[in-house]
Amino acid sequence: MSMSISTFEQHSKPSGFTSLFQKLNVDPVMLLLLLTLSGLGLVVIYSASGQDMATFQRQLVRLFVAYAVLFAIAQINPIRLRNWSPWLYIAGIGLLIAVLAFGEMGKGAQRWISISGIRFQPSEMLKLALPMMVAWYFSEKRLPPTFGNLIIAATIVVVPVLLIAKQPDLGTSLLIASSGIFAIFLAGISWHIIFACLAAMGALLPALWAVMHDYQKQRVLTFLNPESDPLGTGYHIIQSKIAIGSGGVYGKGWLNGTQSQLQFLPERHTDFIFAVYSEEFGLLGCCGLLLLYFLIIVRGMYIASQAQDTFSRLLAGSLTLTFFVYILVNMGMVSGLLPVVGVPLPLISYGGTSMVTLIAGFGIIMSVHTHRKLLST
Amino acid sequence: MNKKNHPGTIKNYFVERHLFLNRTIIAIVLVAFFFIGIIGRLVFLQIISHEHFSTLSEGNRIRLDPIPPTRGLIYDRNGVLLADNLPTYRLELIPEQVSNIEETIEALDEIITIGELDTQQFFKSLKHYKKFERVPLRFHLSEEEVARFSAHRHQFPGVDIQARLQRFYPHGELTAHLLGYVGRINTKELKKINPSQYKGTTHIGKSGIEKTYEEILHGEVGHQHVETNVYQRDIRIIKQTPPTPGNNLHLNLDIKLQQASYDALGEHNGAIVALDANTGGVLAFVSNPTYNPNSFVNGISYSEYNALNTSKDKPLYNRALRGQYPPGSTVKPFVGLAGLELGARDIKSRSFCPGYFQINNQKHKYRCWKRAGHGHADVTHAIKQSCDIYFYSLALDLGIDRLHAYLGQFGFGQKTGVDLIGESSGLNPSREWKQRRLKKPWYPGETVIVGIGQGFTKTTPLQLATATAILARKGQKVQPKIVHAIQEVDTEDMAVLSPPSFEPVPIKAIQNWDHIIDAMIKVVHDPRGTAKKTGKGAAYIFAGKTGTSQVIAIKQDARYNKNKIAKEHQDHSLFVAFAPADNPQIAVAVIAENGGSGSKVAAPIARKVLDYYFLKTNMAQQ
Repeated sequence: MSMSISTFEQHSKPSGFTSLFQKLNVDPVMLLLLLTLSGLGLVVIYSASGQDMATFQRQLVRLFVAYAVLFAIAQINPIRLRNWSPWLYIAGIGLLIAVLAFGEMGKGAQRWISISGIRFQPSEMLKLALPMMVAWYFSEKRLPPTFGNLIIAATIVVVPVLLIAKQPDLGTSLLIASSGIFAIFLAGISWHIIFACLAAMGALLPALWAVMHDYQKQRVLTFLNPESDPLGTGYHIIQSKIAIGSGGVYGKGWLNGTQSQLQFLPERHTDFIFAVYSEEFGLLGCCGLLLLYFLIIVRGMYIASQAQDTFSRLLAGSLTLTFFVYILVNMGMVSGLLPVVGVPLPLISYGGTSMVTLIAGFGIIMSVHTHRKLLST
Repeated sequence: MNKKNHPGTIKNYFVERHLFLNRTIIAIVLVAFFFIGIIGRLVFLQIISHEHFSTLSEGNRIRLDPIPPTRGLIYDRNGVLLADNLPTYRLELIPEQVSNIEETIEALDEIITIGELDTQQFFKSLKHYKKFERVPLRFHLSEEEVARFSAHRHQFPGVDIQARLQRFYPHGELTAHLLGYVGRINTKELKKINPSQYKGTTHIGKSGIEKTYEEILHGEVGHQHVETNVYQRDIRIIKQTPPTPGNNLHLNLDIKLQQASYDALGEHNGAIVALDANTGGVLAFVSNPTYNPNSFVNGISYSEYNALNTSKDKPLYNRALRGQYPPGSTVKPFVGLAGLELGARDIKSRSFCPGYFQINNQKHKYRCWKRAGHGHADVTHAIKQSCDIYFYSLALDLGIDRLHAYLGQFGFGQKTGVDLIGESSGLNPSREWKQRRLKKPWYPGETVIVGIGQGFTKTTPLQLATATAILARKGQKVQPKIVHAIQEVDTEDMAVLSPPSFEPVPIKAIQNWDHIIDAMIKVVHDPRGTAKKTGKGAAYIFAGKTGTSQVIAIKQDARYNKNKIAKEHQDHSLFVAFAPADNPQIAVAVIAENGGSGSKVAAPIARKVLDYYFLKTNMAQQ
């Protein structure tokens, strides 16, 4: 059936509108969904920043940059991306080591590096480079992968994850790890191994606790019992739950969220923006937002499933599912289900680098979607 | 299988694609599953726990601020303001709006003097305030300082003047013992008051009318719901319940008569109480020496308080209310009336006064103030000339029980129930009292001296004035009352306090009363009256009685010699009066401590008070 669709698309005469998007190498459905989400993000940021026009404008500029990157990447043929993958990956690892050696400190962690005056987070680069590398590795192999291949793939994942976790940046290492794990999952790792790994992880949790930094341990402890420290580290979670809960079904209305407008909520236009959104738009608004996210994920998985080579398929699928991890972890922490880790709400939270990376990832997905026919010939 | 057909790729392609689709579907199902989980969490927070979190959210943002009510004002009977609320100015600084606090204070010092102490206090208190709150820098700015700062205000962003209302007593010393004063609420008072009513209130009535009528003067606290942000910074006022201002008090006091009374008393320590004879309304209430109540409002300095407290003249002591003096001869009209009404004497009964009195054949001589004696004296003569012997003999004949009971009818030995806290009850001695307090039986000799207001007998000036008023009204009882009416501020409605009704003193024959009053008129208007000089030239007929009460016992044959006795042991000078005698409007009691003879000192003082009352002439200005 999938064959017939691609055949249909190849042979039917596309309308002028569709052909314009084809020339631009973008998927109009995905683009529309992303733009809707970004627009909603701007609306929420305006409210969450306390109606600060400057913040709003900065975010707008970043969105322009991000979408420019999306369009640029969409033009690149996945074959070229595949060929770049190992080099990008190796460069990324190198930069991560450089960061640990002489990176800049910021908020108690070493994440930044300056290259000829431009501040740069190598961990962001790995968000794309790692799934690319895993996809590249499997693209040459027969699937489902052999056990030996899995060991190598796991190594590809673990090295940057450990380097980033050491900075320390728990959120990013979690996202990067999941992007690699999803690529391996989609490559067809056997269920036996999946369950064995889950069991092993459960057993290793105490060991993980031992190597965690104090502030990370504190976050976990606070997460387990936020009321133990209501004015200290538990404050985020308590205030955020108050914001969400007081929003009710219909919300307090845009710009009327007292928790956010009166600054009770910390980090309200960045990591905790979902609390502002929930307070002002209520349960209905949240369901709408989740629906939008779900449609993006389904569309991304659809594009991945339509891809004609292993690399494109694994990469697009992995990027889409990582997008899901952002949502899950962010909403989970803001609503008090998960410990606080620095993961933004994708395309809603204020912030430059991670948003550009995310949208660039969608550029890759676009590229995968629009370059199918070239591959099949 | 792969090897047979094409070089593997096609077959492999389908297998891989099928595997991938399989995994994609599982992934989407997992995503949907997790999303439903998130929605479940949101349903829990936003529907099930919505009320809980809404309450927390409101609590976060709404702060309830009390608005203290304005304290009621106090006026005299003619509407003269006695207790006012005046704005007092203080210089305040908002730390976050001032870039360099030290420099700003230095610059301010050139315009308004800011002392070393003010600066120290400011930096000390700075820690207790949030950076956007107003921190007081200097208190009690003068009008001139306010004007000077206002001219330079633009140079000092974040510095401002705040006006607050503060109690002020324009007549100062004149009203101190009557009105009392307000002061900062202390920890002891904090336990007694309703804390919610006093939120935001800093001062409370400490004594006098300010204390007695605290509830009425205070009013009811108002509230405002202030929306605040996380730093408690005010954003806006959401709802406001204005405070109910305290009620105004209108007193029976006439401040001009009060002034005239103080002037009349002059340098003497003592007290004057003048009552409206018909209502018991307190027209004048003087206790000398006095103090400035305004010093107490914002905390009196230690040295100033110490000076007041250790002064042997006891300026803080309310003599009119709490001073207990032997009434001396001022009690004679009451004892004389008891003799007539209880049938121990009639109008014509006479006693022989040889200058002393002896019980049966006892040796002890009870002396008359007049060594030579008064000869034969009836009750009129005995009151007019204040013969002690008549009353010694009468008291003995009446006996302490009847004497005690009859004097009690006039309020002796009982609190008058005036609307002031801390009244003394005086002492109207009885057998039962002596047994209870001193564990001793009553001796007839003690009865004898009770007859002339000495011995155990003690009265307060207020009591004496009240008893005089009851006598003037021929037994109709009155209760002294300082507050005439309570006025609501908003409606200006006056609620006049109605006096309680009492059983009148039982009257056997009204002629007896007329006779006693007539004798009292003779005290001042008869050429042989003890206070004849005082009555001379009066434009009205008044009735009075002098009293000279001993402070220390004088040995049997010794003579009282003023010059040989320390001032504080000299006799108290007393005078009671009411006027006009036929239609009493005012009753007065005067006590000049250690003033000596009642006729020479207290009586002229009372005359001045009466003259002012009837003629509005101020003796002090003559």
